[in-house]
Amino acid sequence: MSDRESDIRAPPATGDDGGGEVRYLSQSDLSVPTHQIVAPDGSYDERAVPDLDDEEFLDLYRWMVTDRVFSRRMVNIQRRGELGTFGSTRGQEASIIGSAFTLRPDDWLYVGRAWTPMFMRGASMKDMILFWRGIEEGQEAFAKHNSQIAISIGSHLPLVAGIAWGMHLDDADAVATAYLGDGATSTGAAHEGINLAGSLGLPALFFCQNNQYAISMPYERQSGANTIAQKALAYGIDAIRVDGQDVLAVYDAVQSARERVTEGEPVFVESVTYRLDAHTTSDDPTRYRSDEEVEHWEAHDPIERYRQFLKSEGLWSEIDHDAVVEEIDAEFDEALAAANEMEERAVSEMFTYLYDELPPELARQLAEFEDLLERRPEMYDYIEHRPKG
Amino acid sequence: MQATIVQAVNDALHTEMGRDDRVVVFGEDVAESGGVFRATDELLEEFGSKRVVDTPLSEIAIVGGAAGMAMYGYRPVAEIQFSGFLPPAFDQLVTNASRIRWRTRGELSAPMVVRMPYGAGVRALEHHSESLEGAYAHIPGLQVVVPSTPADTKGLLTAAIRDPDPVLFMEPKRIYRSIREEVPEGEHEVPIGEAAVRREGEDVTVVAWGSMMPPTLEAVEEGGVDAEVIDLRSISPMDTETVVESVKKTGRCVVAHEGPRTLGVGSEIVARINDEALMYLEAPIERVTGFDTPVPLLSMEDFYFPHPPRILDGIEAALAD
Ligand SMILES: Cc1ncc(C[n+]2csc(CCOP(=O)(O)OP(=O)(O)O)c2C)c(N)n1
Ligand SMILES: [Mg+2]
Repeated sequence: MSDRESDIRAPPATGDDGGGEVRYLSQSDLSVPTHQIVAPDGSYDERAVPDLDDEEFLDLYRWMVTDRVFSRRMVNIQRRGELGTFGSTRGQEASIIGSAFTLRPDDWLYVGRAWTPMFMRGASMKDMILFWRGIEEGQEAFAKHNSQIAISIGSHLPLVAGIAWGMHLDDADAVATAYLGDGATSTGAAHEGINLAGSLGLPALFFCQNNQYAISMPYERQSGANTIAQKALAYGIDAIRVDGQDVLAVYDAVQSARERVTEGEPVFVESVTYRLDAHTTSDDPTRYRSDEEVEHWEAHDPIERYRQFLKSEGLWSEIDHDAVVEEIDAEFDEALAAANEMEERAVSEMFTYLYDELPPELARQLAEFEDLLERRPEMYDYIEHRPKG
Repeated sequence: MQATIVQAVNDALHTEMGRDDRVVVFGEDVAESGGVFRATDELLEEFGSKRVVDTPLSEIAIVGGAAGMAMYGYRPVAEIQFSGFLPPAFDQLVTNASRIRWRTRGELSAPMVVRMPYGAGVRALEHHSESLEGAYAHIPGLQVVVPSTPADTKGLLTAAIRDPDPVLFMEPKRIYRSIREEVPEGEHEVPIGEAAVRREGEDVTVVAWGSMMPPTLEAVEEGGVDAEVIDLRSISPMDTETVVESVKKTGRCVVAHEGPRTLGVGSEIVARINDEALMYLEAPIERVTGFDTPVPLLSMEDFYFPHPPRILDGIEAALAD
């Protein structure tokens, strides 16, 4: 728990110090810095570089490429009709990988648009394909790694506060992390979850990827707040705003935040990034944003920026980029083949996991339905069982 | 004009916004992009950014804001992108929208519409498939309307917008584009609270609504049953009379709905028939419904909602005894 001024509720001792004039608290008086280590032109100050060893620097690169390849492959199989829908993360790789690289296995992670962190925590690409195919084994696999994906935007923030509350009671050496989008910050659930964490001083880390859009809604119209980071202050929570195209800056910021969180101070991080692809495969972004804008952000490609850094450090020669891509493609092929092997599941799937024990009425509904499917096999003319989503 | 259900929604919005400048449309992605299903397409271009507004991602503020705007004198038509995202705003429906008139003894009211696509079968993620009309109809003071045809969609949405009290307008997205029929040009109103007899028959009454109508009619056709098929259209208020009169004639009844069985709208229909036509019944009333489980994710969602063979099974059971 953070220390609080004990006289916090006492009336001001000396009264108004504004010389009798009404004075506003205004966001225009706030200066909100954006943490950056590697500038867009690839330059950086050696002293600011996080203390990682060569293997870790290379891992950051491999994971970012994994993220990009995974999105490319998923969009492709969706177009072939092998997925219902998919949300690409292209453009957000530095934001996603730099942050998740700081997390430990005992930490909990509830994500919005961020899939590779699940792989970093031990789930497989197959699990993620299953998730997007609408097969419950996906979330089951993520759960084994203290992780989940939230579909109802913002709904996970109270959950994360609650998980952090448990950690707090346990004095656990871990943090509960919520990834959220810029749009999610407008939900009531996000407000209450963040406020709870600030109120009780819970070990919760909020990582907001401001990718400039919530489907068609640009951030400028999502909120009157100039930055998302500043919102945290109103909850008594410290915030960091970071350049989300700079993987080292994101790593540095979240690493620092995570440490502070383990000391019982929740932290909110706004990562300024951009969604280069459509919201999902069913979205047409040309309806709401210009090609010029997208080109501008293409020029701020996070992987390209990091490549500059690796070259300057003399680490680029250690990487065979094409081999890395080939390896990830092969991993995806294998995952896809394994996912395609999924057998059709029994109808009891629908009923079995709702309660610890099947209540009598549910058991009756299941038995009736199984009987019906047997008596009327023509049901299958209407039912497409879609192990491929 | 030939139109689908989603086009009929769009047509009704265009027509009513043109007729009454107090009609204001807002919700997530409704303006600039015309809605994720294009239901609000071209409204921004025609009526401008004061009356067609993209809101923040805030379901509570969308529904609560609509209630406030309605109290003030506007006619808001708010969109919830998918019915699975209404739950955060349930509070505003229960706590405010549905009881403004009651709370102020009629001094104020909330003439508002919340539109939302509902139902399974479009291969989307979790929370994009539910049919919880029963839960919403349980809120006193809230009207719940579910059209099943393009013409009714236009007529009922028009009536909802003109209605002096709040209406939750649930759009059957599985059949958003699968039915195309003649929809009257210009103003077209279908009264809320009246069921439609889609097919007259003598042997059994079948009650359904929304996206359950096509499979229900198909089941009756397939089975060669002399059934009277009633499209309830309004869940609340419910046209008890049309249902009861039909059951008095046929003596048998089946209710088909997509939402969960327990405390579903079917339970209420059975109760009303028991109240008013028990002595006319020749067999127990059958319910063919979704299960008391969440809708499965997309790989198995087809198992959840009733298909023609299941409905026909219910009909044959009702005819058996
Ligand atoms: C409560 C809720 N309302 C609406 C939606 C539909 N929806 C899905 S994603 C999305 C936009 C999310 O924007 P943001 O939080 O910025 O995340 P991003 O998709 O940009 O990563 C919306 C409106 C939803 N999933 N949940
Ligand atoms: Mg966003």
